[in-house]
Amino acid sequence: MTANTGPLREGTGADGRPARAGRRSLVKRLTPPRKPPRSSKQGRPAAVGHARETGDRRLGYMLVAPVVILLLAITAYPLIYNVWNAFHFDNLSYGNLPHNFVGWKNFTTMFDSPQWVSALERTLVFTVVTIVFDMAVGMALALMMHRRFRGRGFLRASILVPWAMPTVVSAVLWKTMFDPSAGFVDYILGAFHPAWSSLAWLNISVWRSWVAIFIADSWKNIPFVAILLLAGLQVIPNDVYEAARMDGASAWQSFTRVTLPMLKPAISVALIFRTLQALLVFDVIYIMTDGGPGNSTESLSFQNYNTFIINTDFGLGGAMAIILVLLALAVSFVYVRVFRPST
Amino acid sequence: MTSAVADDVPVPAVAHRAASRRRRFTTGKIVKETLFYLAVVIVVLIALFPFFWVLRTSLLSNSQISAGVGGANGIIPSHLSGAAYKDVFTNTSFSFLDPLLNSLIVSLATTVVTIIVASMAGYALARLRIRGAGAILGFILLAGFFPVLAMIGPLFLVLRYLGWLNSIWPLIIVYLVYTLPIATWLLKNFFEQIPAELEDASLVDGATRLQTLRKVVIPVALPAVFTAAILSFILAWNDFTFAVSFLTSTSHFTAPLAITTFGQSQYQTFYNLIDAAVVIISIPIALLVLFAQRRIVSGLTAGSFR
Repeated sequence: MTANTGPLREGTGADGRPARAGRRSLVKRLTPPRKPPRSSKQGRPAAVGHARETGDRRLGYMLVAPVVILLLAITAYPLIYNVWNAFHFDNLSYGNLPHNFVGWKNFTTMFDSPQWVSALERTLVFTVVTIVFDMAVGMALALMMHRRFRGRGFLRASILVPWAMPTVVSAVLWKTMFDPSAGFVDYILGAFHPAWSSLAWLNISVWRSWVAIFIADSWKNIPFVAILLLAGLQVIPNDVYEAARMDGASAWQSFTRVTLPMLKPAISVALIFRTLQALLVFDVIYIMTDGGPGNSTESLSFQNYNTFIINTDFGLGGAMAIILVLLALAVSFVYVRVFRPST
Repeated sequence: MTSAVADDVPVPAVAHRAASRRRRFTTGKIVKETLFYLAVVIVVLIALFPFFWVLRTSLLSNSQISAGVGGANGIIPSHLSGAAYKDVFTNTSFSFLDPLLNSLIVSLATTVVTIIVASMAGYALARLRIRGAGAILGFILLAGFFPVLAMIGPLFLVLRYLGWLNSIWPLIIVYLVYTLPIATWLLKNFFEQIPAELEDASLVDGATRLQTLRKVVIPVALPAVFTAAILSFILAWNDFTFAVSFLTSTSHFTAPLAITTFGQSQYQTFYNLIDAAVVIISIPIALLVLFAQRRIVSGLTAGSFR
């Protein structure tokens, strides 16, 4: 670890800069308002209190250090390493060739590759469709779970189970469901139309492969959206609804005029989480289609994995990784701007 | 004080119950209620039916599966057998037991490290008024959003250099990127709600901060610690990306990675084998969710806004 401290320190600065603007307001919104500092009312002599204060602060840094160092080592250090790699030749499959500086070559290779460009398009379309669908369904589920009724606990547990499962489970589950002979989907579709009883979904038809991936991914991730929104619903005080009802608002009006505006923080958190997940979709695809048919279901993350681990091209992979990080940062930044508290 | 763990806010309960008693049962109401319950049933079915289907498939033979659904192999087949479960542990090129143990070891170790590191940091951020606490919290949050796929290349090179590829131990460190952000935030939020007087009594008696943290704060915060532990365990247990990138030999696989190698031959997928493995790996998580549903829900949300 000691060898890493050099790049690590640099990491704080370089990593911090592009993020800082977006970070501050996000934190402000997610952090509960700071409590007024505890005064030394306990009748303790002021000098002792002061000594404890400085001692506390030193201890504080020691206690926080492990988290910061560990997280810097797992995130900032790889990021810096990627930046370095992206401008150098570094491919293990060429043996021990020197890691020469290559300028922007890795980036031009990436932007000139039709494979990568179509993966970018696919990933963006997938992300947009996913967040629209998942937010709408997640909201419906949250409203459902918010109602008091018999069996609400059971409903919640059932909704939570898909979220808690490994992605591998949801992917294999739906791979089984969509299989022409082992699966349930074709069986039930066959009841409507005989020709639908043996549809091949995965790795045969491009759009049906995407539908299957989309369903498996949403099935696992909508619950998380729903639970974040539910938590938002629960902190809306009831008298706001009372007031709206007194003023003669319909159910729809009170949803759009009261619920949605008051749910803004919850919605923004859910949107950030869900968009980043969708943008970085990888394991569902790896398990369900392995990128096929052809490479028509390869996402950005999938190609990044292939470039890093299968082709061991860490220069090109580094360039791809930088784009991924920039995309993720851009998304967080845009959301934080759009959803800034309106006051 | 316990509002971080009490998951639903029961303030309007009384008023609500009174209102519902007043409600008259008109035809419109009944139709509405029926539609609501119908929707609930549909949601529960969509959430749980795939599990039933996987359980069903895992209990079939290869010939039953390739015969397709219908006839004697209907939704509930007339003949079931547990052969696939035996095969998963004995008849394949490797036993599922190794990956299960690997996953258990890694997930438990990650959980322990997470709890120790996150409660230290959570306490410092909540109580010790260090400078730059906001920036540190922001960085921790941001690290949780970091694209995992962007890290694997450099981490692969580092592990290769250290000779640690194809070993489960480095996973304990990299899994912290999943667990530390949420655990630190959750514990920090909880520590903030513990009345300061509790600690002051102990501090005045001459205990050090660390003793107070261990003997007074942690015991009071046990519910939150427990929640953080459950979430950490689930997040570590569920990883696929790091495992598939760094592990190469089957005896070192984690359980989610091992699943993908079951039942795959060049021409055919044996769904009974792969689904038996899925059922096995799902059970611990399903039990956790059933027993700790409220904790998990409150933990997920406490990290984000409270």
